[in-house]
Amino acid sequence: MSTRTLVAGVLAGPADLDAVPTTAPGPLDKHAMAALVARDIPAGSFVNLGIGQPTLVADHLPAGSGVVLHTENGMLNMGPAALGDEVDPDLTNAGKVPVTELPGAAYFHHADSFAMMRGGHLDVCVLGAFQVSARGDLANWHTGAPDAIPAVGGAMDLATGARQVFVMMTLFAKDGTSKLVPSCTYPLTGLACVSRLYTDQAVFDLGPDGAVLRETFGCSARELVERLGRG
Amino acid sequence: MTTVLCADPDEAVAGVGDGSTVLVGGFGMAGMPVALIDALIRQGATDLTVVSNNAGNGDTGLAALLAAGRVRKVVCSFPRQADSWVFDGLYRQGRVELELVPQGTLAERMRAAGAGIGAFYCPTGVGTPLAEGKETREIDGRSHVLEYPLRGDVALIGAYRADRMGNLVYRKTARNFGPVMATAATTVVAQVREVVDVGALDPEAVVTPGIYVDRVVEVTS
Repeated sequence: MSTRTLVAGVLAGPADLDAVPTTAPGPLDKHAMAALVARDIPAGSFVNLGIGQPTLVADHLPAGSGVVLHTENGMLNMGPAALGDEVDPDLTNAGKVPVTELPGAAYFHHADSFAMMRGGHLDVCVLGAFQVSARGDLANWHTGAPDAIPAVGGAMDLATGARQVFVMMTLFAKDGTSKLVPSCTYPLTGLACVSRLYTDQAVFDLGPDGAVLRETFGCSARELVERLGRG
Repeated sequence: MTTVLCADPDEAVAGVGDGSTVLVGGFGMAGMPVALIDALIRQGATDLTVVSNNAGNGDTGLAALLAAGRVRKVVCSFPRQADSWVFDGLYRQGRVELELVPQGTLAERMRAAGAGIGAFYCPTGVGTPLAEGKETREIDGRSHVLEYPLRGDVALIGAYRADRMGNLVYRKTARNFGPVMATAATTVVAQVREVVDVGALDPEAVVTPGIYVDRVVEVTS
């Protein structure tokens, strides 16, 4: 779709940067990022949205998309968050948030739920991240800080098992450093598993050749690459 | 052995020994057998290894067992949560050991134990700290980690209904680890909301057949 320009650690010549489209006037908020991810999920896909921010993607799937949501704790065709009388302690998503079931829902136990992932039956999963490398390595479970209590949950299983792994995160950390890196410094979740990175500043394709800029938001590709270079 | 219908949770957890490995069902509080855990606290077994997805939420259930100082080691996938303050405190004081296992590997290790599988090669975790020191093998061009079965002396699980033969059905996502844990422990204890007569459960809908279940107790609250 867009012109291929390699960035972040595997910087290619700048000639193509001017052809990368800027498709929003400013950085995206989390809802706009979620809408963008939803746009790129093929109709009829089986999808896992992890926990936290990626679950917002569900709000932006078009009606009639036929996308079936999987939750690791044993359900397909999960519905939206439960409200008021709908809340049932026996029915939650992976983040322990009460949810609802859609017609055609199915329940299964944990070993089956993860066999579904590992066996390559899920088309897409969307995860958050601390760091992603230009070649698609993912770090999203542990900062490595000595006093941190590590928790991995289903992140490694999803990263390894889903046919496509999308990541949704801010591009820059609070201290201004880029979270898209040549090589992850945080403990890894999975190797070469992320194929698409959605951020507030830009969207990238990731792969063996590095990160490829697809579109930017609120800044030109040239400006963004310069910031990434500094980060 | 025939499934025993217990009069109360205390009878259901009788005989759990010090140093036991206890599989505890539930994902967060969904499917958590709180009455059985409370009974285990009263029963007094200590120096336990607990295998569960989380390491306790709030102050009840698994968190209460941890707070009572009965747990030497937790094997789980996701200890840190907004309401895991009991575990967090014990861990930071070095009073509980943690073995962190990817969630699917946790489930599959118990499945392997229950199914008589000696070990299995799994792609999850390759290249990460959780695979360090483990044997790896390339299969069909992809790296796999060798994982061993995880067996319990006791499993405490929550289900929805049981019949008097120990056949179990679950409710919604409270099913989670119950069925796999029921296969993987020497003594399996199920807390259910209702015990029904033999023949009252649709045989096509039974999730855990009674062969796996040793003790059942009805907890109606």
